[in-house]
Amino acid sequence: METKQIKLSIDGVEVSVADGISILDAAKKINVHIPTLCHHEDLCVAGNCRICVVEVEGQRSLSASCATPAHEGMVIKTNTAKVRKARRDVAALLVSEHNTQCTTCYRSMNCELQAIASEYNVDNNIYLSVLKPNIQIDKSSWSIEKDDSKCIRCQRCVRTCAELQHVNALTVAHKGEHMKISTFLDLPMNEVVCTNCGQCINRCPTGALTERRYFDDLWEAIDDPTKHVVMNTAPSVRVALGEMLGYPVGTRVTGKMVAAMKKIGMDSVLDTDFTADLTIIEEGTELLGRLKKALVDKDPTVKLPMMTSCSPGWIKFIEHMYPEHLGHLSTCKSPQQMFGALAKTYYAEKKGIDPKDIVSVAIMPCAAKKYEANRPEMKSSGYQDVDAGLTTRELGFMIKQAGIDFRHLEDAQYDSFMGESTGAAVIFGATGGVMEAALRTAYEIVTGREVPFKNLNITPVRGTEGIKAASIKVENCVEEWKFLEGAELNVAVAHGLKNARIIMDQIAAGESPYHFIEVMACPGGCIGGGGQPIPTNEEIRKKRIAAIYEEDAGMSKRKSHENEEVIAMYKEYLGEPNGHKSHELLHTHYRKRNRY
Amino acid sequence: MSNTNNSVSRADVIFGAYASEKYVVLEKALKRTPEDIIQELIDSGIRGRGGAGFPTGLKWKFAAQQQSDEKYVICNADEGEPGTFKDREILMKVPRKVFSGMAICGYVVGATKGMIYLRGEYKWLLPSLMKEREIFDEYIKSTNIDFSIEFILGSGAYVCGEETALIESMEGKRGEPRNKPPFPVVEGFKNKPTVVNNVETFVNVNMIMRMGYKEYDKLGTQDSRGSKLFSISGDTPKPGVFELELGMKLSEFVNEFGDGDTKAVQVGGASGFCVPRKKFDETIIGFEGIPTGGSMMIFNSTRSMYNVLHNYLEFFCEESCGQCTPCRVGTQQLLKGIEAIKNSERPESYLDQLLKLTDTMKIASKCGLGQSVANSFASIVENFTEEMVY
Repeated sequence: METKQIKLSIDGVEVSVADGISILDAAKKINVHIPTLCHHEDLCVAGNCRICVVEVEGQRSLSASCATPAHEGMVIKTNTAKVRKARRDVAALLVSEHNTQCTTCYRSMNCELQAIASEYNVDNNIYLSVLKPNIQIDKSSWSIEKDDSKCIRCQRCVRTCAELQHVNALTVAHKGEHMKISTFLDLPMNEVVCTNCGQCINRCPTGALTERRYFDDLWEAIDDPTKHVVMNTAPSVRVALGEMLGYPVGTRVTGKMVAAMKKIGMDSVLDTDFTADLTIIEEGTELLGRLKKALVDKDPTVKLPMMTSCSPGWIKFIEHMYPEHLGHLSTCKSPQQMFGALAKTYYAEKKGIDPKDIVSVAIMPCAAKKYEANRPEMKSSGYQDVDAGLTTRELGFMIKQAGIDFRHLEDAQYDSFMGESTGAAVIFGATGGVMEAALRTAYEIVTGREVPFKNLNITPVRGTEGIKAASIKVENCVEEWKFLEGAELNVAVAHGLKNARIIMDQIAAGESPYHFIEVMACPGGCIGGGGQPIPTNEEIRKKRIAAIYEEDAGMSKRKSHENEEVIAMYKEYLGEPNGHKSHELLHTHYRKRNRY
Repeated sequence: MSNTNNSVSRADVIFGAYASEKYVVLEKALKRTPEDIIQELIDSGIRGRGGAGFPTGLKWKFAAQQQSDEKYVICNADEGEPGTFKDREILMKVPRKVFSGMAICGYVVGATKGMIYLRGEYKWLLPSLMKEREIFDEYIKSTNIDFSIEFILGSGAYVCGEETALIESMEGKRGEPRNKPPFPVVEGFKNKPTVVNNVETFVNVNMIMRMGYKEYDKLGTQDSRGSKLFSISGDTPKPGVFELELGMKLSEFVNEFGDGDTKAVQVGGASGFCVPRKKFDETIIGFEGIPTGGSMMIFNSTRSMYNVLHNYLEFFCEESCGQCTPCRVGTQQLLKGIEAIKNSERPESYLDQLLKLTDTMKIASKCGLGQSVANSFASIVENFTEEMVY
C-alpha cells in the first residue's frame, strides 16, 4: 500500500512527508536539527525528556517533536524564543539533578546531556542542585557499572532491555522525585537476571551505565617485567576501533590497531580470529556428529537444532530463560575462552613460559565477555583462562592514554603463532558470520566441494533482518557422509535477544524446522556489541558490517579449515577435532539459572 | 439539601431527583438514536466534570465515529485531587445514575464494556456498588443492548486520574501518562476507542436525558451549563458536598460558606488557582472564570499561604509520575526554591526565576499534572509574595 504524502511547513519551509511520521523525522528531511535525549532510533517513542519540543501553530503548549505525528497543513516552528527558553530550562533541570563531575566522567565528550547543556550554554547555578545525596555506584557486576547519579531517567536502557532484548533487567521504580531506574527488588546488578549484553550501555546518553573498566589492571601487568601479556582482538574490533579515534564509521584499522598494541607494550599481539577458525572446526565437527547420531544411529537423545555458543550474552539468556533446552547449545567455548585456555597451555608450552606468568587479555566488542572470563568453570588451563576482557572502547582509551599518534602508525602484522586467521573468522563479527563460516567448512567436508555460492559469499544469511533462514541441499557427498545425501540442511540466524526468544519458543514448542542456528545477543552481531563505540544505530551497524565483509573479501584464505596454524596445532597438540584434548580445553558445559 | 434564598443558587438534581426509580432514563434513551443523543448533549453545552472541561457531546461523537470491533467506556472514579470528595458521595448515594449514564454512553458510541476505575481508598464502596450492579445487569437483560460494568481498583497514584495514565494502570502497567495524540477516543484501553468521563459527567448526561437540554440549560450560565457538585473544606462552618449552579461569583460563595474571616480560596484543588480576598468579587466560578472539578478550599487569616504552597509542592514532588523532566525536576526546584528564599539562601528575586520555570512547566510538561502546577504556584506567589519571603 502506498503511504499517503502530506505537506507541512517547518520553519517556513514546506516539506512533503509520509503521513504519520513524527515532526522530528519530518524536520530531519530538510536538515533541521532538533535536539533529543530520550529518543533513540532503535527504540519506541517515549516523549519524556521534553528537550525536543517545538511550536505547533494554534497550540498553546509546545509539542514533543519525537512523539507528535506530522499532519497535513501543520505549521511548525523549531527555533523561537519560546522553544529555546523551554529547551534551555529542560537542559538546566536535567543538569540540576545530575552529577556534574564531567571532568572525571568516562563518557565526557561523548555525552548527549553534556553536548546539549553546552550548546544551550546552561548556567549550572540557575537552579539548586537536587542531585540525590549518597548515591552508591553499583559495581557488583563483572560487566556493567550503574551510576544513578548520572541518570537522566530517559528510560532508553529500560526500553532497550525490554524491547530489543526481552530481558527486563532494568525497570522504572518509584514515582515523582524518587523515580529511578532500578532492578528487580532493587537488587545489585550481579544478582538479577541480566545477560550482561551491555546494549543498555550503548544506548545510555550519559555515563550512568558503563562497562566495568579493567585497563588499569592491564597497565599494571604490562609494566610488570615478570608478566608475559598476551593480547588477542576479536573480529569486530578492527572495524569499530577507528570510531574511538576520529575515523569515519566503517573504517578498517586492523594494521594500525596491531601496531598500536605492540607500541603499548604487549608481549604478544594475537588474533581471536585464530580461535574463531578453531571454533568452526570444533563446532562443525560437533554438528556433523550430531547429524550422524540422529540420522544414522537414530539416537533419540541427540539435540537438534544445534545452536552456536559464541555469544556470552546469549548463553546467559538461555540459561535463565530456557534452562530446559541447554542441550541444544554447542558445547564449544567461545573463541575468547578457547584462546585463553590455549594461551596458558599450548602457547605457554611452545614458548617455554610458565603459565602462571602469562596474562591473557581479550579485546572484545562485548560487555558480557567480562562476565564470561570470570565464570568459575573457565579454568581449563589450571588458571583463570582469560585474565581480563576489555572492550573496544577501553582499547581506544588505552591508545589515547599511551599518547600514540594512531593515524601515523605503520600497519603491522599479528604475531605468530595463534595470529593467523581466515576470512571465515573475520565474519564472526557480523550477524550470520558464524553460520557462513561454518557452512563454508562443513559443506566442503561433506561434499568435497566449495559451497555453491559466488565467491563463497553466502548472502542469504547476511544482512540486518532479525531472523534469517536458509536451506542448503547436500548432494554428491563423499563416502564418509553419504548418509547426508539429498538432505536439506535448514539453518537460521538470529540476532538481538528478542529474536532469540522467537527461535527458542519454536524449539520449546517442538516446531523448529532447523538443524543449526546461530544466535548473537546483540543487534547486528558483535559489530553492534555492548562494548563497541557509542553511538549505535542501524546505519552505523550496517557500515560496520560492510567493513567486515570487505575485510573477508580481502583475505587470501577464506575458509577456516585452511588456517595453517590451526592445522599445525591439531597435529602438534590437540590431536583430532572433538578429541580428548579438545574436550578438555575447548568445550564447556552450561548451568540452569533462575528466572528471577 | 433544599433550595434556599441565599446568594448562591443551590440545585438539587444530582442526589435528590428520581434517586429510587429503576433505569427509567436509560429506557427512554435507548428508544432514541445515538445521533439524536449526541446532538442533545452538544446542544446542552455540557462539559466534563473532572476539571478539564472537554465538551462531552463532542467526545462521544468522536468515539462514535471510530471504526473498531471493540470500544470501551471508562468511568474515572479515581478522585484524587486534594480537597475533592464529591464522586464518593455520588457513588455512595446514586450509583444507578452513574451506571445509567455509562450504559447510555455505551449505546451511543457502540461499546459493550464499561469499567469503573475506583480510587483504592474507596474500596469500601464496592459491596454496595456490586449490589447495584446486580440490579443493573438484571435490567440490561430486558433491553436490546449488551453492556457490562466492571470495577478496577486504583493503587493510590494521583497521576492515575489523568486519563491515559489511568488506562495504562488498567492495563496493568505503570501509571504513566501517554503521548497525545492519539487521544483515548481514538486509541485508549487496549488501543481501542475509549471514552473516559468523570463520575459526575455520567450523572449529568443522565440528567439531560431526563429533563431535556432546554431545562438543563436553565441552570448555570452561557459558558457553564448545569449545576455542579462542590467539595467544600477548610475554614468553613459548613464543610461537605453541595450542589450549586455554575457561574456564581466567588464573593457569593464566600458569603455562604466562609467563616467571616476568609483570606483566600483555593479553587480546583492543588492543581487549581488560589484567589485572594481582593479578587473574590471579580472571580466567576465556571468556565468563563476559574473552572473547578469541585474542590473549594477555604483559608482564613490564621493560615500561612507559604505553608499551603509548601504542602501542595510536597504533594506534587511525590505524585509526579517522574517520567518527564519539567514535572519531575521542576516540582523539586519549586519546593527547594521557596524553602531557599524563606531561609534567605536565595534572594527574593529568585521568585521570578521560579515563576519563569512554571511557564516552562506549563508548556513543556507531558500531561496536565506538570502543566497545572503553575496554576497554584503563580497564583499563591503573586498574591502572597510577602508571605513567601518573610
